[in-house]
Amino acid sequence: MNFVIPSFTPAIPEIVLLTLTSLLLVADTMWSKRYEFATYYATQVILVIVGALILTSFTTETVTTFDGSFVRDAFADILKLAIVVISLGLFLFSKEYLLQAKFYRGEYFTLGLFSVLGMFVMVSAHNLITLYLGLEIMSLAIYTMVAMRKDHSAALEAALKYFVLGALATGMLLYGFSMLYGATGQVAFDAMAAVIDAGEVDHVVLSFAVVFIVIGLAFKLGAVPFHMWVPDVYHGAPTAVTLFIGTAPKIAAFAILYRLLAEALPGAVMDWQPLLVILSVLSLLVGALVPIVQNNLKRLLAYSGIGHIGFLMLGLIAANPDGYASAMVYTLIYAFMGLAAFGLITVLARTGHEFDRVDDFKGMNQRNPWLALMMLFVMFSMAGIPPFIGFYAKVVVIEEVVQAGFVWLAVLAVVSAVISAFYYLRVVKVMYFDAPQDTMKVEPVARHLTWAISLVAVALLVFGLFPSWVIDLGYHSLS
Amino acid sequence: MTFLQFIFYLLAAIAVIAGLKMISVKNPVQAALWLVLAFISTAGIWLIAQAEFLGLALILVYVGAVMVLFLFVVMMLDINVAQFKEGFTRYLPLGVLTAAAIFALMYLVLGPQRFGLEQVTPPKSLAEAESNTLALAIPLYTEHVYAFILAAVLLLVGIVAAITLTLRRRPNTEVLYQDIDQQIKTRAEDRFEMVKMPPTVEQPLPEKEKEE
Amino acid sequence: MFDSLQAWLSTFLFDWLAVVITLLIQAVVVILPVMLAVAWLTFAERKVIGYMQLRMGPNRVGPKGWLQPIADALKLMFKEIVRPTESNFYLFVVAPILTIAPAVAAWAVIPFDENGVVVADINAGVLYVLAVTSIIVYGVIISGWASNSKYAFLGAMRASAQKISYEIAMGFALVTVLMVAGSMNLTEIVEGQKGSLLHWYWLPLLPMFAVYFISGLAETNRAPFDVAEGESEIVAGFHVEYSGMAFAVFFLAEYAMMILISFMTAVMFLGGWLSPFEGIPGLEPMFAWVPGFIWLFAKVAVLLFLFLWFRATFPRYRYDQIMRLGWKVLIPVTIVWVFAVGVMEYAQLGLWFD
Repeated sequence: MNFVIPSFTPAIPEIVLLTLTSLLLVADTMWSKRYEFATYYATQVILVIVGALILTSFTTETVTTFDGSFVRDAFADILKLAIVVISLGLFLFSKEYLLQAKFYRGEYFTLGLFSVLGMFVMVSAHNLITLYLGLEIMSLAIYTMVAMRKDHSAALEAALKYFVLGALATGMLLYGFSMLYGATGQVAFDAMAAVIDAGEVDHVVLSFAVVFIVIGLAFKLGAVPFHMWVPDVYHGAPTAVTLFIGTAPKIAAFAILYRLLAEALPGAVMDWQPLLVILSVLSLLVGALVPIVQNNLKRLLAYSGIGHIGFLMLGLIAANPDGYASAMVYTLIYAFMGLAAFGLITVLARTGHEFDRVDDFKGMNQRNPWLALMMLFVMFSMAGIPPFIGFYAKVVVIEEVVQAGFVWLAVLAVVSAVISAFYYLRVVKVMYFDAPQDTMKVEPVARHLTWAISLVAVALLVFGLFPSWVIDLGYHSLS
Repeated sequence: MTFLQFIFYLLAAIAVIAGLKMISVKNPVQAALWLVLAFISTAGIWLIAQAEFLGLALILVYVGAVMVLFLFVVMMLDINVAQFKEGFTRYLPLGVLTAAAIFALMYLVLGPQRFGLEQVTPPKSLAEAESNTLALAIPLYTEHVYAFILAAVLLLVGIVAAITLTLRRRPNTEVLYQDIDQQIKTRAEDRFEMVKMPPTVEQPLPEKEKEE
Repeated sequence: MFDSLQAWLSTFLFDWLAVVITLLIQAVVVILPVMLAVAWLTFAERKVIGYMQLRMGPNRVGPKGWLQPIADALKLMFKEIVRPTESNFYLFVVAPILTIAPAVAAWAVIPFDENGVVVADINAGVLYVLAVTSIIVYGVIISGWASNSKYAFLGAMRASAQKISYEIAMGFALVTVLMVAGSMNLTEIVEGQKGSLLHWYWLPLLPMFAVYFISGLAETNRAPFDVAEGESEIVAGFHVEYSGMAFAVFFLAEYAMMILISFMTAVMFLGGWLSPFEGIPGLEPMFAWVPGFIWLFAKVAVLLFLFLWFRATFPRYRYDQIMRLGWKVLIPVTIVWVFAVGVMEYAQLGLWFD
């Protein structure tokens, strides 16, 4: 038996994260009574440490280890850094919300860290087994976080829907994986791609597998027609958890989409490209039309998120490195905008008042002009109005899809962007031109949250002024 | 048909019948028991396929632990089966149609012309002394060690999730908790104290009373 | 066992018929002594506990009471089997069978002597025993549920929760043995203990020996872990509604499991059929004529005596204490020991077991 102990160096961030999280899990049971917020601070410290580790060992080469089940490249590093940064923000916004909603518990943070670990695994997955395990670690932690507010029936319902449909999606995905393994006889992505390239694969079985995999991933991403769970879960879950679901996991989901379709199945592009076109078109339509009639801001953002998924897929449809890079840029920017939008709702919530209806924002300008301005930044950016960064995100994907020859798709995307601007601007109109229902000043519970949310929202503008920073990040790591 | 083939078809038939009964039987407890039977016969099929470790682990883990816990829950729930089955006949035609369509499609793709015995090389059969457990263990702990550890993490998350969702620490006014460590540490000295008391010596009665 | 018999039979019979006949003979050869041992184990139990409590024990039937088990068996056979109303008849009947069948089937892999005196010398023997005995819990649950009786149900809940809890500790204890022996074949495990009394695994794995035996007590629902019976609270536990032969079958299964656990302990930790005088200069040749199975039976007898002794001396545990012992004491101890053994194996520190 010739077994070489694998190199652990590329996986040090994951190893450190797992070790510290496990320690925190034990420590939390001991100190949670004496020091109320110790777990929260420890969580943030762990994230900073992990981020620093990734940053110091940043690499542009592709390194695989653990017998090819783990890969580390610039793509993985950038996405992991984005996950860390966004997680820092979402734990920051969550803490006060959890106290207000009266379910502050240490497990929220440890489970959150576990799901971050799951995302890391997904981003670095290099075979089907690790990809699946990472997905499950992330999902299981999030299901629990949704259900954690036990006195809230909407949250429990959301958790159940999320769990059941998530399990169904996992079933689809796993069935596709098993077919893929049956067709290629490989689990590692590069070996799989090589086998397909060599033409040793029964094409019918391969496309059968691809259908199941794409459906499973579409479920996880919430693309139409597999989007039924999205609005209910976003709406029912506690806002802090919605913030979690709507941001960082999207990055990880994009990563597995890229790893599976672009790294493992480039040979089956003729199979998955039409599927993505259908998903994308439907998602764009639903994401443009349905939010118009929503009164709940969380629901509205959920439906608009479906539209964003449609945009994200445009980049993948292009099926070339530039296209993937544009999709990556879109994902990063979308996750960041989600952090700002859901973060704003999260910090404004008080005990007994979720502050998640559109009506709650009536006359926001009189009640707190600064926050109204921040909300305006977020909405403009989501709508894709220059000079905010959301505009450039849309520009890059549409450009790539045009270059790939799908002009009609680009036209449809532009039309849907214009329609969706309507409901984003409705929020702005409500804030600035409607009379407030309540003249009391609204403010986040803690002063530092105002600072934090302003930082995120202003960043949307600053990045919009210097869009090449973000765009280059994607293009340099993929093409 | 060899003896082994006979056993194989017998077990396969039991597994299929048990599976059908599991979804058609009314009582949930009985459904769970049919599932157990299906597991056991599947384990038998694995044994025939020389995968003794997997077969025995299936019995040990699923039959011996998972389904027992499942039965616990099902037995204690009072499920109204009639209500549960409402609409079953109404949706039955549609369900059968969908199932048949999916089955037909899957047969076209996965049927014998692609996965038949002629298409697939037969697995090599192991010598009698060769240990199946070892053959599984070596790749698990070397090649797939990363996935193995991740599976452990997944189980850990499952434990944390289950405890988070069910643990309810009620205040001491409602429920009394026992601190067994303290109970064990108790010593006689903590519970009672030997007090040295002066004996009360009976005083002789005064003279005056005696006279009375 | 009986390979030559099978070969001889197949000279004039169908092959499969020869196999079936040999299998049947093997089964009878193992099961019959076990059942007889069960019968007289009940007698031994009553006698031992009787003497410990300064009583005579049964002494009326036959010389010194030795025929008592036969009298008991006859009585139980002719008693009516009462079926509770509203009980689930089919499951009610299946439950005792589900209890006895695994308790008997597990004997297939137990080796009685060297040179393969064993019905089936399979690679995964330990796993087989664990898997098969884990099915017994269904007999308990089903009998409790099918009886349509509160007491039976409570007893079944207690018994099955206890069984699956202690199964974990038991499994981990066996894992250490497997790590040290490097095999799951019971014969090879015994061979690995060759050397002397001090090479038997009870010493290198001392905590595991204790854990295994304690878990075995709990697995068989024996005192001091017999809350499943709990006659002071729930009458007689899961088999309260059974009478006659159906009850006797539960009884047989419980005692067969006791003997099985004793055999497993002897094989895993006490050197199986190896002589305790191995490696001692004067004594080894003096006892060389004793066949191996005598040593094995002697070890099993001692362990069975421990079962009875515990029952006579220890008060019953409270239910929460049982669970605490299983989950918070035994399982952590075994996990730590698995790690310790792993490190010792890796560092080649196996000073006792090379």
